[in-house]
Amino acid sequence: MIDALGDPQSVLVLGGSSEIANATVLALPRARLRRVVLAGRPGPALDAAAQRLTGAGVAGVMTADFDAANTASHKQVIDGIFDAGDIDIVILAFGVLGDQMQVEADPALAVEIATVNYTGAVSVGLHVARRLRGQGHGHLVVLSSVAGDRARRSNYVYGSTKAGLDAFAQGLGDALAGSGASVLVVRPGMVRTRMSAGLPEAPMTSDPEEVARVIVAGLRKGKHTVYAPGPLRFLMTAVKAVPRPIFRKLPQ
Amino acid sequence: MNSVSPLVPSADEELLTGWGRTSPSRARVARPVDITDITVALDRRSPRGVLARGLGRSYGDAAQSGGATVIDMTGVKGFSLDPATATVRADGGASLDAILRAIVPRGFFVPVTPGTRMVTVGGAIAADIHGKNHHGSGSFGAHVRALDLLTGDGRLLTLTPETTPEEFWATVGGMGLTGIIVSATFDVIPIETSLISVDTERGTDLDDVMARMLARDSDYRYTVAWIDSVAASGRGVITRGDHARADQLPAGKRASMRDYDPAVRITAPSLIPSGLLNTLTVRAFNEAWFRKHPRQRADEVQSIAAFFHPLDGVQEWNRVYGPRGFLQYQFVVPDSGAEVVRTSLEKLARVGAPSFLTVLKRFGPSNPAPLSFPMPGWTLAADVPARVEGLDRVLDELDELVAQAGGRLYFAKDSRQSPEMVRRTYPRLTEWQAVRNRMDPDRVFTSDLARRLEL
Repeated sequence: MIDALGDPQSVLVLGGSSEIANATVLALPRARLRRVVLAGRPGPALDAAAQRLTGAGVAGVMTADFDAANTASHKQVIDGIFDAGDIDIVILAFGVLGDQMQVEADPALAVEIATVNYTGAVSVGLHVARRLRGQGHGHLVVLSSVAGDRARRSNYVYGSTKAGLDAFAQGLGDALAGSGASVLVVRPGMVRTRMSAGLPEAPMTSDPEEVARVIVAGLRKGKHTVYAPGPLRFLMTAVKAVPRPIFRKLPQ
Repeated sequence: MNSVSPLVPSADEELLTGWGRTSPSRARVARPVDITDITVALDRRSPRGVLARGLGRSYGDAAQSGGATVIDMTGVKGFSLDPATATVRADGGASLDAILRAIVPRGFFVPVTPGTRMVTVGGAIAADIHGKNHHGSGSFGAHVRALDLLTGDGRLLTLTPETTPEEFWATVGGMGLTGIIVSATFDVIPIETSLISVDTERGTDLDDVMARMLARDSDYRYTVAWIDSVAASGRGVITRGDHARADQLPAGKRASMRDYDPAVRITAPSLIPSGLLNTLTVRAFNEAWFRKHPRQRADEVQSIAAFFHPLDGVQEWNRVYGPRGFLQYQFVVPDSGAEVVRTSLEKLARVGAPSFLTVLKRFGPSNPAPLSFPMPGWTLAADVPARVEGLDRVLDELDELVAQAGGRLYFAKDSRQSPEMVRRTYPRLTEWQAVRNRMDPDRVFTSDLARRLEL
């Protein structure tokens, strides 16, 4: 249970090595935390994330095998984790960016991106939602992106998966309204992570820790959508209003 | 295609919270009116278990259980008074409010009443509630002669302290985790009038208040102190009393001396900005409250409602803390840890947690129930809004002091202590768990509190 003062006892991260999700775990109140499951593809990145959290003093950190693209396995993975105990906060954090130019040359790469970012997220998101509704409490945090707010020449395949995921997460939040469970949609701008390494920085680029603070504040206040950083909400309103012939010519 | 969406709630589900309106969870709610209905609800229970709920006056998550079947017992509410034996036999969902309305005019009073009469008999036993007479009369469980408990496999057990002491005392204070209290028989006390003869005195600071309580509490049946949590001194008002005898009333009042009408006067508005109760408004309230009481006054006659249940006059007063809700921090420490009373008031004041209901009381001896809260010493209860920043850390610091002093927190008020705190401060938890595991081997009965604290 998340207690009366907002302190959670258990967290599940889908995409266990996600820097934003790990920063979020570190930003959550820690005094009652006793079970943190980092679910992802087994390997050094996942193990390193678990070691970092444990090293930072987070109690009960463990890993679980999870492959977003293997949707047939999702039911068993999610049921296994929830059968061992209620989960207060689930962070759906996996996703791949891909290189737009390579993707255009090899559509099979686009299918991979779409499978992980959208298909996989929809599949595991529905399994998580079923379990949260069943336990009658809990939050699902979905890492969307401003890339889904408006398609850009430089990453529209990625952007389209986030647009689809964002619409899915909003609808899921409405489906769960009043169930005791809720969905928080998070729309970060560009974040300095492994995913964006080497790319030119966009306006309002932030660090994972800043996104984490926005997520924790959003959970505390019971928000359903947050931008990170917050003022991106206004920038994106403006961006969406730019006519396409002009938008196309803007630096991407 | 006939598959049913697992995301669509069924019609019998409700979002439940405790009186503090924090940490809601959704459950299937059954509303039985008799034991047959209760048995049906038990048979058709959710795989996540069952919990009986009374009037929802526990502050935290004791009477809710996410995803489970919660049995609202308030429809199972019959009771009868046997004046010859001075006992009441009541269904688990009967309220002390209804019982008082019936028995006070007939010259009887409940053995223990908390600060609200809006509690059920089942809840009173499950939380082993205490009142202003704890120093002399103990908690509610001490006055229960027998109770009928429905177990997870549908058996109806009659438990008494003589024939089944382990099961009886595991159920008293057992927070509903041993089964459903279907009915109980408890002692009531004879009274001559429906009025309370009250003596009031003010204490200039916390030391003064505590010294006055130590000196004279044992002279009275009922006693409690209100502490001005905002004033640095810790000044307070001590009120003590007993049921007024007929000869204490003026002749003109004797004809109506057993009249009892605890009418609700006002309802708190439902939309209150969460900042309304702040240190300034609480300071103003406390100043007025302190001034309202004389330095010393003896033999004032008050109604039962005014003396025991002043807040029941304001319906839904829990809304004044705004949408984020509130909690009540209540601990007990032995006399050797009396300093924790002062430290806790100071720490709460420093974090800016304005409490206008801060109550200090002395407890008498414990009863045999392993999870019963009271122990000899001091108990302090303070209401604090949940929105206060940093409250979680301050209360954890207070927990540490309470535990070091050999004290503990009250499950019926708790909404945030840790499982480790419970293990440190309720040393008989494992003993209770062994009895519970025997009574409910399939762990049918569970609550959000039980899951949170790993009871």
